[in-house]
Amino acid sequence: MSQQVGSYYVPHGSRWPIIAAIGLFVFMWGAAHWLDGITPEGPVLLFSGLAILIFMFFGWFGEVIRESLKGVYSAQVDTSFRMGMMWFIFSEVMFFAAFFGALFYSRGLQVPWLAGEGHGALTNFFLFRHYTGGWPTNGPASVGGPFETVPPWGEPLINTLILLSSSVTITIAHHALRDGNRRRMLPWLVATPILGMLFVYFQAREYMDAYTHLNLTLHSGIYGATFFMLTGFHGLHVTLGSIMLWVIAYRAWRGHFSKEHHFAFEAVAWYWHFVDIVWLGLFLFVYIM
Amino acid sequence: MSTHAATHDDAQHDDVPKGFVHRWLFATNHKDIGTMYLVLALVMFFVGGTMAMVIRAELFEPGLQLVQPYFFNELTTLHGLVMIFGAIMPALVGLANWQIPLMIGAPDMALPRMNNLSFWIMPFAFLLMLSTLFMPGGAIAGGWVMYPPLILQTGESLAFTIFAIHLMGISSIMGSINIIATILNLRAPGVDLLKMPLFVWTWLITAFLLIAIMPVLAGAVTMLLTDKYFGTNFFNAAGGGDVLLYEHVFWFFGHPEVYVMILPAFGVISEVIPTFARKPLFGYKPMVYATASIAFLSFIVWAHHMFTVGLPVGAQLFFMYATMLIAVPTGVKVFNWVATMWKGSMTFETPMLFAVAFVILFTIGGFSGLMLGLVPADYQYHNSYFVVAHFHYVLVTGAAFGIMTGVYYWLPKWSGHMYSERWGKIHFWLSVISVNVLFFPQHFLGLAGMPRRIPDYNVAFADWNMVSSIGGFVFGATQLIFVGNIIYTVYFAKNQAPARVWEGAHGLEWEVPSPAPHHTFSTPPEIKPGMLAHGDIAH
Repeated sequence: MSQQVGSYYVPHGSRWPIIAAIGLFVFMWGAAHWLDGITPEGPVLLFSGLAILIFMFFGWFGEVIRESLKGVYSAQVDTSFRMGMMWFIFSEVMFFAAFFGALFYSRGLQVPWLAGEGHGALTNFFLFRHYTGGWPTNGPASVGGPFETVPPWGEPLINTLILLSSSVTITIAHHALRDGNRRRMLPWLVATPILGMLFVYFQAREYMDAYTHLNLTLHSGIYGATFFMLTGFHGLHVTLGSIMLWVIAYRAWRGHFSKEHHFAFEAVAWYWHFVDIVWLGLFLFVYIM
Repeated sequence: MSTHAATHDDAQHDDVPKGFVHRWLFATNHKDIGTMYLVLALVMFFVGGTMAMVIRAELFEPGLQLVQPYFFNELTTLHGLVMIFGAIMPALVGLANWQIPLMIGAPDMALPRMNNLSFWIMPFAFLLMLSTLFMPGGAIAGGWVMYPPLILQTGESLAFTIFAIHLMGISSIMGSINIIATILNLRAPGVDLLKMPLFVWTWLITAFLLIAIMPVLAGAVTMLLTDKYFGTNFFNAAGGGDVLLYEHVFWFFGHPEVYVMILPAFGVISEVIPTFARKPLFGYKPMVYATASIAFLSFIVWAHHMFTVGLPVGAQLFFMYATMLIAVPTGVKVFNWVATMWKGSMTFETPMLFAVAFVILFTIGGFSGLMLGLVPADYQYHNSYFVVAHFHYVLVTGAAFGIMTGVYYWLPKWSGHMYSERWGKIHFWLSVISVNVLFFPQHFLGLAGMPRRIPDYNVAFADWNMVSSIGGFVFGATQLIFVGNIIYTVYFAKNQAPARVWEGAHGLEWEVPSPAPHHTFSTPPEIKPGMLAHGDIAH
């Protein structure tokens, strides 16, 4: 299937990318159908696409892992993988930047303008003369009804501590791996996704609380929109990060990683630190301020 | 290197995967994937072009002739999306796939399997997007910029279009990661960063731009999605939101995006002009730094697309001055191209003709861009046909001509045969005349007050619209010559192109035989003096 040419490994064709493309297409196609209320086609397609994607991940990554264990990857290939992961994380940074930008713009400019600040902001004069702005807000029409915000010093603080600890545990595990101390690595490595799942659990509780007691929902004007979009996408990333951590924990248990060769471990660790840093931004700008 | 690598390569030439499925669906070879990108781009160029022909036919004279206004709006919207994401960008990625490994002495792209995924997402994404034409309510029709609140009134097709854009974003990000990793990690020993061909430099910077902006576009359209389907209020003033939020986020993507489409074309032109002027590129390093400056500035000028929305005066001034600044590095580039030609022993084969036309016509587009960048003037030009004329000069006679330059320049290397010079020249002259007949009168229409995105217009605009439509039909038909020439070259030409196709060409891609074997530089080439186009730079 594969061929080693010169110093750089060039795989000889693979069926996984086209399966991935088909899986993504079916998934997205189903999602669009579902959103437009076309059932049962929508959910059926979406879950079929998801199944294809999961099958693809096992197959594609499995193949890469087998090749890696056979030792076909040179240091140069390793560098390509590292660059790939770094630039992927950079793209994720920019994805969150778009939503943070939306938050800062809404809070710093558009809400004050709607409340009549500045010169020539006529929307307030003609439509919303009673509106005084401020933050949090659900706008001049109080869309979604009166709501309260999530107090930062409850579950969000606990979650901050959880994520910060998980960054420590993965780092201890990484040092242990580099020392070749497998016995010390495994418990710390397993502790990390457990903390990640704990985070998701607390966030789910927080969301339920927001919906049932605080009347803070996705419909709660611009505050609800930015709050759920930012924390929701972050929660999704914690979930995916936890799955990735379980995968490398399993691989570490199987003995896939050596002192020198553990790109997958480091890639997941970088990703986890990135998720952690995004959370600190959220805690500061969404919850506290 | 040539003897060693050439024999090595020949031995592997039989290595081409057998069968359609293995060769194309499972492809990991950068040349095969590059070819697929270029073919997809050509197909989409004609899909988008067909829409343009219907648009121009409708505008041939005042009154409604052919299509209903709503369908007309669907066509202008999809024409934009198809040409940007389906024709220009994949064509440039196709050139990158073919040329970057050849130009830096790499065996392939850094991540070959991901390269395949980047490509194969694209046809599916366009299936998703174009299928909306046949849905109840039709495709999206609010313009390719998809401004709310208008776009939120779309029927079923909005979700499909947004997911198609997500897929294209995934494809672009993966493709860009691959290009950066290839350039930074796979250069042959001796190909230093400041010895790389300018085409490689421009793509390195473009790839960085793409990774920075495609996620932002994904964020913008995701907010549209949640506003329409999940009841959020990002763009609803009653809920404290603001439609301008969308415009800001969109143009934070949108302005760097126009440089994504032009920078690699700059790179092609910077390869072609030195070859046919038989002189090294004038001011290699300033060209690199100018490209980087343009990329940096592209992130701080986005609001010049929205001067008329009621921004604070301070913001308008900032964005106006920042926009004017871009003229400096762009001026450096145009000056250097002209200075490269100065006193060169020039010949005018088809790629050079297109390159010279590019320099002149892109500059016209750049100047009309400067006019649009001036706040008080833009109040007049905004949303008029002047804008249409401007961006078609930079995208058709800029980006598309740059791509055609690259295709004529490298096609003999890819196919092993010379294209028909006579038909290439006919294609060039018909194109360059008709494209000006097509777009130049649109400046006049815009200045006279004709708005864009309308199927019908005041009779006062009748004459120039008819001239423009005639130019459009000729330009559209002329592109069939391009296709014919490519098909002739690839399948029917009997001649054999030499390894160094052009007398004045320098660079590693000319050291391998024509056609380039399936696998090249399996072992890194040994760089000898004079082999690199910019070999005497920096040392």
